[in-house]
Amino acid sequence: MASATQLLIGTRKGAWIFKSDADRRSWSIDGPHFLGSVINHLVLDPRDGRTLLMAAKTGHLGPTIFRSTDGGKTWAEAVRPPAFPKAADPASGRAVDHSFWLEPGHASEPGVWWAGTSPPGLFVSEDGGATWDSVSGFNDHPMYDKWVPEGAGTPDGALLNQIVIDPRDAAHMYIATSTGGVFESRDRARTWGPLNRGVEANFMPDPYPEYGQDAHYIALSPPKLDRIWQQNHCGIYRLDRPGETWERIGKAMPSEVGDIGFTIIPHPRDPDTAWVFPMDGTDVWPRTSPGGAPAVYRTRDAGASWERQDSGFPREQAWFTVKRQAFCADGHDPLGLYLGATNGEVWMSDDEGGGWRRVAAHLPEIYSVVAAPA
Amino acid sequence: MIPSQLQSYCGGASRVEAEGVTIGAVFDDLDRRFPGLKFRVIDEQDRVRRHMRVFVGGEAACDMAAAIADGAELMIFGALSGG
Repeated sequence: MASATQLLIGTRKGAWIFKSDADRRSWSIDGPHFLGSVINHLVLDPRDGRTLLMAAKTGHLGPTIFRSTDGGKTWAEAVRPPAFPKAADPASGRAVDHSFWLEPGHASEPGVWWAGTSPPGLFVSEDGGATWDSVSGFNDHPMYDKWVPEGAGTPDGALLNQIVIDPRDAAHMYIATSTGGVFESRDRARTWGPLNRGVEANFMPDPYPEYGQDAHYIALSPPKLDRIWQQNHCGIYRLDRPGETWERIGKAMPSEVGDIGFTIIPHPRDPDTAWVFPMDGTDVWPRTSPGGAPAVYRTRDAGASWERQDSGFPREQAWFTVKRQAFCADGHDPLGLYLGATNGEVWMSDDEGGGWRRVAAHLPEIYSVVAAPA
Repeated sequence: MIPSQLQSYCGGASRVEAEGVTIGAVFDDLDRRFPGLKFRVIDEQDRVRRHMRVFVGGEAACDMAAAIADGAELMIFGALSGG
């Protein structure tokens, strides 16, 4: 059964909250919040259902975290936002440019949140997002300068773009970075090791290095938590633990579309099903919908084959794409899928990708979309 | 002087008073009075952020340890930044 859903939308110029009726047919709009601020992520705490954290900055002002405990009616700023420790030589010390990813902590750790930043940094809050501390296990790791080489990054800067916590074990974590690929910790972020075997990095002298990959997005399969899906800069991969070698399942994508994209969304109940939104990664990397024809692709056999789902999308001259945090599912049955596009449109499917309709247009460039119970 | 980007921290004021014998101390005092303001302008390594500008007595200031004279005017600007 579907039920009322909210979409937490971060854009280049502020945040919006869309709320649906029980059928997910009509949507009310709340916003803008912090008009003009760059909002990289807006996330609801699933442990209390009312706390929202927002990663914000502006073109001028430094990065901060805003927090609401009443579903977005009122906001308070973090007392101490994520920041690196002061360096021995402050002239060359790291400074957080923006927080990129906000992750509620494990269900057993209420009040704990994690944040990933640019330049790549891992931060933790133990008080619901009011104060943040640098996680030395990653930020001061002896290999940090190798995992985050100077000059590497994305057009918006190098990223620690994702934090994933194993629901079975609060100490078991994965992070994804744009400079080193995927890393794993089994001791609650104290120590880390790379987890990139079999993942291509075709922009490196050794195209299959131990680290150096650009992991755009990773996700655990909820019904099979030892299965990790990855949309990488160099293709779509799957890893079944305790295995250590990723399999490039994107090879089964149509060659004219390719397997480049920013996100991958697993089905919450079917371990063999996932969706991607491909983009053009050929030639000079336009990062647009391939051929100007947007489409989602779904696998229902763990990546052995993919089917195109484009019903409702424009068939030509539509060049938007979908960024890392801007594709999500709502968990209902049938599953709702939502994507926010670079052209400011929000699209949804209420039948697992079979048909798509536009929920919103004319928003600023969308950076993140998170679905949550309303 | 407080630029428009920061006036929400100061109840809408465009000019406020603060104390300190160095530029950094003035920012610390501003942050005590208007929590959160300093980090939006000065990063964790005590550098003025890329698109902000700080002037004291009409001269650009970037050294938080630099002394500031009694009665001096510290001006904060949002620099030109497109997009």
